[in-house]
Amino acid sequence: MKPRSDYEQSAWRRLVRFVDGESLADAERRAEEMRENDAQSQQAADTEAELSFEQQEKEDREDRKRRLETEHEKEAMALLEKYRNWPKEHGVKIFGRLYAIMAVLLCLIIIVTLLVTVSYLPEFGQPDNPNNNEVVRKYNEMGLEETGATNIVAGMILDYRAFDTLGESHVLFVAAVCVMILLRLELTKDGKPTDKKRAAEENDRLYEPKNDKILQLSAKILVPIIIMYGIYVILNGHLSPGGGFSGGAIIGAGLILYVNAFGFKEATKILNRKNYAVISVVPLLFYALAKGYSFFTGANHLESGIPKGTPGHILSSGLILPLNICVGLVVACTMYHFYTLFRKGGM
Amino acid sequence: MDFVCNLPFFCIVLALASGVVSSVLKPKAAKAVSIILVSLSCICSLLVLLYTIRTGTSFTYMMGHFPAPFGNEIRAGVLEGVMASFFSVIMLLALLGGEKYLKVDIEEPKQNLYFVLINLLLSSLLALVYTNDLFTAYVFVEINTISAGGLIMIRSNGHSMLAATKYMIMSLLGSGLLLIGITLQYDLTGHLLMSNIQESIAVLAANGEYTVPLTVIIGLISVGIAIKSALFPFHAWLADAYGYSTASSAAILSSLVSKAYIFLLIKIMYRVIGTTVFWDSKITNVFFVLGVAGMLFGSISAIKEHDMRRMIAFSSVAQIGYIYMGLGFGTELGMVAAVFHILSHAATKSMLFVACRGLSEVSGNKKDFSDLKGSGFRNKIAGVAFSVGAFSMVGVPLFAGFISKLYLTSAALETVSIKMVVAVIILAVSTILNALYFVRAVISIYTPRNEHYRDASFRPGVTFSIGMVCFIAINFILGLASHPLIVAIEQGLRMFS
Repeated sequence: MKPRSDYEQSAWRRLVRFVDGESLADAERRAEEMRENDAQSQQAADTEAELSFEQQEKEDREDRKRRLETEHEKEAMALLEKYRNWPKEHGVKIFGRLYAIMAVLLCLIIIVTLLVTVSYLPEFGQPDNPNNNEVVRKYNEMGLEETGATNIVAGMILDYRAFDTLGESHVLFVAAVCVMILLRLELTKDGKPTDKKRAAEENDRLYEPKNDKILQLSAKILVPIIIMYGIYVILNGHLSPGGGFSGGAIIGAGLILYVNAFGFKEATKILNRKNYAVISVVPLLFYALAKGYSFFTGANHLESGIPKGTPGHILSSGLILPLNICVGLVVACTMYHFYTLFRKGGM
Repeated sequence: MDFVCNLPFFCIVLALASGVVSSVLKPKAAKAVSIILVSLSCICSLLVLLYTIRTGTSFTYMMGHFPAPFGNEIRAGVLEGVMASFFSVIMLLALLGGEKYLKVDIEEPKQNLYFVLINLLLSSLLALVYTNDLFTAYVFVEINTISAGGLIMIRSNGHSMLAATKYMIMSLLGSGLLLIGITLQYDLTGHLLMSNIQESIAVLAANGEYTVPLTVIIGLISVGIAIKSALFPFHAWLADAYGYSTASSAAILSSLVSKAYIFLLIKIMYRVIGTTVFWDSKITNVFFVLGVAGMLFGSISAIKEHDMRRMIAFSSVAQIGYIYMGLGFGTELGMVAAVFHILSHAATKSMLFVACRGLSEVSGNKKDFSDLKGSGFRNKIAGVAFSVGAFSMVGVPLFAGFISKLYLTSAALETVSIKMVVAVIILAVSTILNALYFVRAVISIYTPRNEHYRDASFRPGVTFSIGMVCFIAINFILGLASHPLIVAIEQGLRMFS
């Protein structure tokens, strides 16, 4: 049975189409196919009834006449075309500009709101401000006694609010994992590099140092000093400003300078994939275990049995020193690993 | 102190540690660790829930040797127990259901990193649920954001990279606003512990001091969390993120990550700002308007979609709209309805995403409606699960979605303002719109076509079937026996204030 000619446009057909999840384009294609079929059968009929020469001439004449008539229709068509193309040619541009203006306006509104809010806040540094309360007082007065750390900031982040810092060091870890997902080029199962990895290595040769004597000599002098200073900052984290995060960053910078001067061949002698895995996992696990123990004993009101030592000595303030060392190791390795990931997709 | 009180802390620290260990394990071992961890967290959270229901009080747990305003603290009540156990169960089922497709979607050497992200995400979800400290909440919001971005990105094709970029930009904007809000708040009160902040803010509000900064703080925190949970005008990242990531990721992102932020908002509402101050600030009206707009526009976008995954993703926008509408009533009943809708939507949407992946597996891995036709016959269990999910989303009685719509409507009828009329009308319209696309999807998968995709040797897989059956069971439980849960939610909200 043949459907009616307006079947495709009917409300029922549209509902069926919607339920079937067909787009209008599919329907149009089908309609066109149908029309084509019709046209073909029409043509067959036409060829059967042969046109006479006179008839054809007459048609030609009519055609010419029609063309003259359509002269000003053409203008209308051009106008229509112009309106049709307007959004593509001008509309997008205007919208883009409007969008930029609105974005700037929105930002300005937010900036003004925040500035106005700041002007309503309590004045900075006044003694009777609401944020001068018993918490701050206790940190300042009892900090040394309770945590054993001369550097009260280290005492706060690694003892009073150690849970936050535990989370924060895992933020660093999860960021490193995400960069690894994004950039690491893998080895095959038997430990050989894949084609992609080999291409990256090949490409990286261009950046390898070419026995630059000046750079190597200055690195030879600087790298030990930098790494020593980093270790100093880490080990003195509980005595003076510094700690695991800043010291680790310094050591990481030293390692990167070393790679730039002597190349990866030398550097992988110290740090390779296996070492990296150990150095990043063991400190974090130790951190979680140590803090887990101290949280557990603290919450259950048990003695933790960790000696505080004499404040001011290098071996003092309980868990803060080992935790600083852990954080320092993780940060240093992560920085160096980031550098290798960005350069050639891993060590 | 009973031993049960240690369990929330154990779960969080164990999840962090196992995430670290998984980074050096082989994929299979990492998967085993992850599944054991999530099951353990289910059991522990259920125990905590039972304990809090039996004792009828909440408890706080000191993280370290220093009491609360000086050290960190976590807190568990009935509502926290409900949320934690629900999140763990849904995560376990989403992992089981989508486990088969991880192998297809992710490069083999990177599969263990997927489980690293899952473990860290679980720890952050639990910490967000249990936290009693605003800054701890922010730290775990960071972990949550980055690992969610990783879960989208790990599929490593162009679409998912773009989706992850969009997600990170929007989500970090949200984090930034939240952080500014917390900082301003700290300047006003000098506290980070939730109960202390509430006391200080109550004093400030009663004296009428600092009203401008207080309003701005409420606005910043609310907008920040709204962006992260994809409330209507901020949902641009959502369709790509849910549509192009692997099935488990989409399920976890849609039903856990965005819901954890909403739960954090509820917690801030009750325990940081205090409900009276929060409801007086009129921000609830904004929630209401945006929620209602989301209900309509999310559904309209979903109707226009030809891609099944993206359709389900857009339906999330509408469902998030329902939740914010519930918050927007500014009444106790509205809060109960919103919390229940968080649960019912989490259970349903994750099932839909996993089932949809199962259906597209038997349709040449395509997601278009025309390819998915007849897939309900080819993968029977996925077809049944999809239909159950679709009916639940529409709000057919017996299913979870019906109960939440019932409670939302009764919450609407309880308010005496223009909100009542608008809410009831929009609820009706939105239900019809939901039906329009979900019923169409169900008809589509049960239209017998596309025989060339039929593969006689196809088996849905054991873990997939277990996941689907459990999801269906949870849906019926929520739909048929919702009363105890509602009682627990009411009790939990009472414990909050």
